Amino acid sequence: MIHSLFLINNAGDLFLEKHWKSVISRSVCDYFFEAREKAVEPDNVPPVIRTPHHYLINIYREKIFFVSVIQTEVPPLFVIEFLHRVAETFQDYFGECSETTIKDNVVIVYELLEEMLDNGFPLATESNILKELIRPPTILRSMVNTITGSSNVGETLPTGQLSNIPWRRAGVKYTNNEAYFDVVEEIDAILDKSGTTVFAEIQGVIDACVKLSGMPDLTLSFMNPRLLDDVSFHPCVRYKRWESERVISFIPPDGNFQLMSYHISAQNLVAIPIYVKQNISFFETGSSGRLDITVGPKQTMGKTVECLVVTVHMPKVVLSANLSATQGTYNYDPVTKILLWDIGKLNPQKLPNLKGSLSLQSGAPKPEENPSLNIDLKIQQLAISGLKVNRLDMYGEKYKPFKGVKYVTKAGKFQVRT
Amino acid sequence: QIQSSIFNQRKAHSPGHVCKNILHVPVSGLLFGPWFLCRNEDLKEMLESNKESLKLEAMKRIVGLIAKGKNASELFPAVVKNVASKNIELKKLVYVYLVRYAEEQQDLALLSISTFQRALKDPNQLIRASALRVLSSIRVPIIVPIMMLAIKEAATDLSPYVRKTAAHAIQKLYSLDPDQKEHLIEVIEKLLKDKSTLVAGSVVMAFEEVCPDRIDLIHKNYRKLCNLLVDVEEWGQVVIIHMLTRYARTQFVSPWREDAVFDENSAKAFYDSEEERRVDQSKPYIMDPDHRLLLRNTKPLLQSRNTAVVMAVSQLYWHLAPKHELSIITKSLVRLLRSHREVQYIVLQNIATMSIQRKGMFEPFMKSFYVRSTDATHIKTLKLEILTNLANEANISTILREFQTYVKSQDKAFAAATIQAIGCCATNISEVTDTCLNGLVLLLSNRDETVVAESVVVIKKLLQTQPSQHSDIIKHMAKLFDNITVPMARASILWLMGEYCEHVPKIAPDVLRKMAKTFTDEEDIVKLQIVNLAAKLYLTNSKQTKLLTQYILNLGKYDQNYDIRDRTRFIRQLIVPNEKSGALSKYARRILMAPKPAPVLQSAFKDRDRFQLGTLSHTLNSQASGYLELSDWPAVAPDQSVRNVEVVEPVRLPCIYLQKNGNAVKVESRSESESGSESSSSESSSESGSELDSDSDSGTDQKKNTKPKPVQSKPFDAVSWPVCVSLQASSPVFVPETSHELLHRMTGKGLSAQYRFTRQPCIYGNSMVSLQLTLSNSTDQALENIHISEKSSTGQNIHRFNAIERLEPQASVTVSMGVDFNDSTQAANFQLCTKEDEFSVSIQPAVGELLLPITMSEADFTKEQGKLVGMNESSATITMTPENVSSQSVNRKVVSVANLGVIPSGQENIYRFSGKTVSSGSLVLVSVVLKDPDAVITINTEKTVMGSMLLRQVKTALTNSGP
Repeated sequence: MIHSLFLINNAGDLFLEKHWKSVISRSVCDYFFEAREKAVEPDNVPPVIRTPHHYLINIYREKIFFVSVIQTEVPPLFVIEFLHRVAETFQDYFGECSETTIKDNVVIVYELLEEMLDNGFPLATESNILKELIRPPTILRSMVNTITGSSNVGETLPTGQLSNIPWRRAGVKYTNNEAYFDVVEEIDAILDKSGTTVFAEIQGVIDACVKLSGMPDLTLSFMNPRLLDDVSFHPCVRYKRWESERVISFIPPDGNFQLMSYHISAQNLVAIPIYVKQNISFFETGSSGRLDITVGPKQTMGKTVECLVVTVHMPKVVLSANLSATQGTYNYDPVTKILLWDIGKLNPQKLPNLKGSLSLQSGAPKPEENPSLNIDLKIQQLAISGLKVNRLDMYGEKYKPFKGVKYVTKAGKFQVRT
Repeated sequence: QIQSSIFNQRKAHSPGHVCKNILHVPVSGLLFGPWFLCRNEDLKEMLESNKESLKLEAMKRIVGLIAKGKNASELFPAVVKNVASKNIELKKLVYVYLVRYAEEQQDLALLSISTFQRALKDPNQLIRASALRVLSSIRVPIIVPIMMLAIKEAATDLSPYVRKTAAHAIQKLYSLDPDQKEHLIEVIEKLLKDKSTLVAGSVVMAFEEVCPDRIDLIHKNYRKLCNLLVDVEEWGQVVIIHMLTRYARTQFVSPWREDAVFDENSAKAFYDSEEERRVDQSKPYIMDPDHRLLLRNTKPLLQSRNTAVVMAVSQLYWHLAPKHELSIITKSLVRLLRSHREVQYIVLQNIATMSIQRKGMFEPFMKSFYVRSTDATHIKTLKLEILTNLANEANISTILREFQTYVKSQDKAFAAATIQAIGCCATNISEVTDTCLNGLVLLLSNRDETVVAESVVVIKKLLQTQPSQHSDIIKHMAKLFDNITVPMARASILWLMGEYCEHVPKIAPDVLRKMAKTFTDEEDIVKLQIVNLAAKLYLTNSKQTKLLTQYILNLGKYDQNYDIRDRTRFIRQLIVPNEKSGALSKYARRILMAPKPAPVLQSAFKDRDRFQLGTLSHTLNSQASGYLELSDWPAVAPDQSVRNVEVVEPVRLPCIYLQKNGNAVKVESRSESESGSESSSSESSSESGSELDSDSDSGTDQKKNTKPKPVQSKPFDAVSWPVCVSLQASSPVFVPETSHELLHRMTGKGLSAQYRFTRQPCIYGNSMVSLQLTLSNSTDQALENIHISEKSSTGQNIHRFNAIERLEPQASVTVSMGVDFNDSTQAANFQLCTKEDEFSVSIQPAVGELLLPITMSEADFTKEQGKLVGMNESSATITMTPENVSSQSVNRKVVSVANLGVIPSGQENIYRFSGKTVSSGSLVLVSVVLKDPDAVITINTEKTVMGSMLLRQVKTALTNSGP
């Protein structure tokens, strides 16, 4: 399936190649470079590129292009999903997935890629299994290894690989047994000029950090499971239990993982935590414009809105901005044309406001469209959909684990049209 | 002085000097010569050293070189020596190197083969597997026979991991030597039968690559694959689902017939005539249960976190499910739109194709396709495409309002695409054509060129579809003409002028006049349209334009572009009458002014559904190499019975497997024919132990499993039958259905338990009595983790049943267990536990249950009876009630109290029964001699206590009247 993989950085340097079948010359990437050039923005590179003899399927992540070479028919999502899994594995192993970390750990990267694919077909992609096969680097271990010459490579087949629960490694032991769940909800919304909601929905995920000894069997139940419109699960979750009882029953992987994600669709009413009053105008004459933005709380359920940031992608003709903010700091980058206003905590008594003038390139026609505002925010201790975890039960082990649930609401793709 | 300087130079350049340097401090070699060569020298030295750590360091650096794409092939001999290293990381890195360069250094690569052959026999499965992986990855044709042998061997390996590796190796060998196909198919066939979820995905992958046309190999494994699917790893799921989609299209009849009438687009296509339709309706469609099985078992995978799996299931539903069931995939597909940009791209493409045929599916989710300013351009255009497809009379106003925002976008390519989309909506929905047209005309005064140009092009198309009531729009465009510079737009306006010149009789000649002035500066397409306009005007209004036309034709005649020269010459011949052009010029008007069919504005995804959704070919809209066509539904379903798994000879006794963890696990003993589905579901659940999704189901399965088929005892040959063998247990004559209370629901806080003796040889141990336990939950809450406590009992050896994870309210489950009573009727005490509570319970066996029936001849019986006299004999005389005298009733009464075998008797009034004790296997012989009206019961056994107890029971049984 997947023939070869090339990693290419934003500057167009090919810094790693790996082949799972016969070697394919890196000149095949020329077709990619061509497409890359045509696309201007890295985001616009088409994910599937056809060349005379091969097909290139690529993803762009963390400023790196993962370009895979395919020779025959294969579901493209299969490859894309796998490439993302590779990127996630690197992130998991090295803390971040960047050119530097990959170059620094090239041997482990190679060992990982070797285990993840055999003849182009995924072999072991579960982080728990991989970590048993190849231990992630730590400062202490790399020091010990250099002195003793011992290796990062496990010698036996991970038990998970053979069992029906391949995601969990065997023989897990902790002195403190704990299980934490983070319910993170993101609001995707488009508000129009007048502030009415064009479109809004909630995307939620439950991230788990489970450090429990042995083979715990957990059951997580909600107060209001009917709320969840559409869910997807980590493979460890038993579908049938969810279908019949609306509880999440699973034997967890060890460590951090995403238990489930859900979707609360536009049909339900979505609470919008803030409102934005804005007035951006460009004058026909004088090469200037005005900007006035005020943000205020709307439906916050009594919680404070934090980490509030407003981002504006200005039209190309805007040269500089001369503004004053009543709260927080603003910054206009004339190169990327991005105006960033970092507000911080929203104080309902004293609404933050950003006001001032914009200067345009003289002679250029005034921009036709006002730029839309992208909002970022965070509300602690609140799941905006109202979802609540009822309880977490554990079976199969005798000890009493420490359990915790945290709720956070964030803005996802939250856009205000102007 | 000169001499000394020469000397200095010589010294500096002296090769010997350099060499010494290298020898002393190898690393400093870097300073000299082409650097990598020297570095390779130094690597070679490290590889040949005795220190593991040095070798490892060298290998790490070599892997770094390979990763960068640098050539390290010359180190091959030095590297290959380390292939047998003890250090596992070193070995792995050597493997990486070997696989990379073996193809280039075939001869040297052969040196390593024996190491792998040895490793293939290693007791560690990881080593066996990795040896096979590397061996099969070395693309050296000469070792094909070795690979073949290794694959065949690994395919029967005990470890499923090794078998998985074998499945991968099949594909590698096939690409190395396609001549091995036939042999490889044999291996594939064998591996397809494998029941491990680990192997399933890989072998189907091999199947798809080597012999995708051998559908016949799938038949027998179809149901198994459907049932295993949920437990297969995610990548395997994708491959299996795609394969099963193809399979199903060849094996089942179309489920679309019923509701095809309601199909939005192609109702007609399905029914060529009314008659055919009637025929179809007279025969109601019934879905093949196997077809249903596939749909049912794939549905939960829509909830997978793996987007490829979700897409695979969606395409399966799209291609296989009845139309009215299709809606369940919508939500999942929309969910994928939150994923990465690349995922969105593929999913949107597939939605675009789907939305053409079935608007209804995605209409409720229309807002999910609204464009954000931060989306990538190709995502935006795809969303636009879908919105256009979804537009209908009801929602068009909402969509157009949304489009208005997009037209103003800073991304001009996207704005242009929006204008196209508006055009599409305008043609598809006649109610809004005028609104759209007016909107587009407004856009003509837009400042941006691309927007204007695109509007002109779209207006042109729209006007063409409309009966020409729009002369004011054409006039408006003529006014704007001077400001429009994009060639395509100018050409479009000119074409419009020419086509509808009769509606604008005053303006058209004037435009032509202007064009004549600028003709030489125009782009080619514009020039062509000028010639075109001139010709049309010449025909309709020759008085005003004759000279202008001739002027333009002259300009065209000497144009640099020969297309234009060509066109000019053609037009001149056509319209200007002269002696040579005979017949054709008469028809010039009809040729040029013919009514032209309106262009159809249709989606680029219109015909994409000829490709299977979710495939690369669909994404590219052209057939990728290796694409496997999805066949049309067969008109008549092929034989369904091919999927029946053949009847396995009924196995007499459940055989016992010892698993790694020491638990004895039974393997099903019944024939698989009754239902393939049930059998594998019970298997998978008993394998996992922890994955009991539906406990009650598997419980009943287990009950079935433990009940072996009745056995006909073989005709008996007294002479050759040695006595010791005569203790061979036979099947019970009678199994009482009565069960005894173990735990009452009041004492058990809602949990009640009953037990029953199955009178079967126990599968857990030869000296155990087999028991069946029925646990019921009469509370209104689920009980969890029901098991027998480890620290139990009074010395008896008990085989516990596997803990029951969860028992639903009002549900019950049957499990089996074994107890070694040690030939005594002492009760077995143990603790039955749930998650919260523990209950002490005890099982008190009747003495008759501690026996197992055996068969022997009458002669043997008397012989054995003769040995067991005196102390070992106990007898009693009873008075029989008359209704008990018949042979049937005596037999029935005796076997109901004791698990004994009946011995065919030659004498009328003597009944004999034989058995053995379960634990020690001592013989127990019972005879009943009727002497009307009395009967003498004699019991002979070494176990005198048991004998006397048994005697008492038989006595009561025979004296009691009633059945």
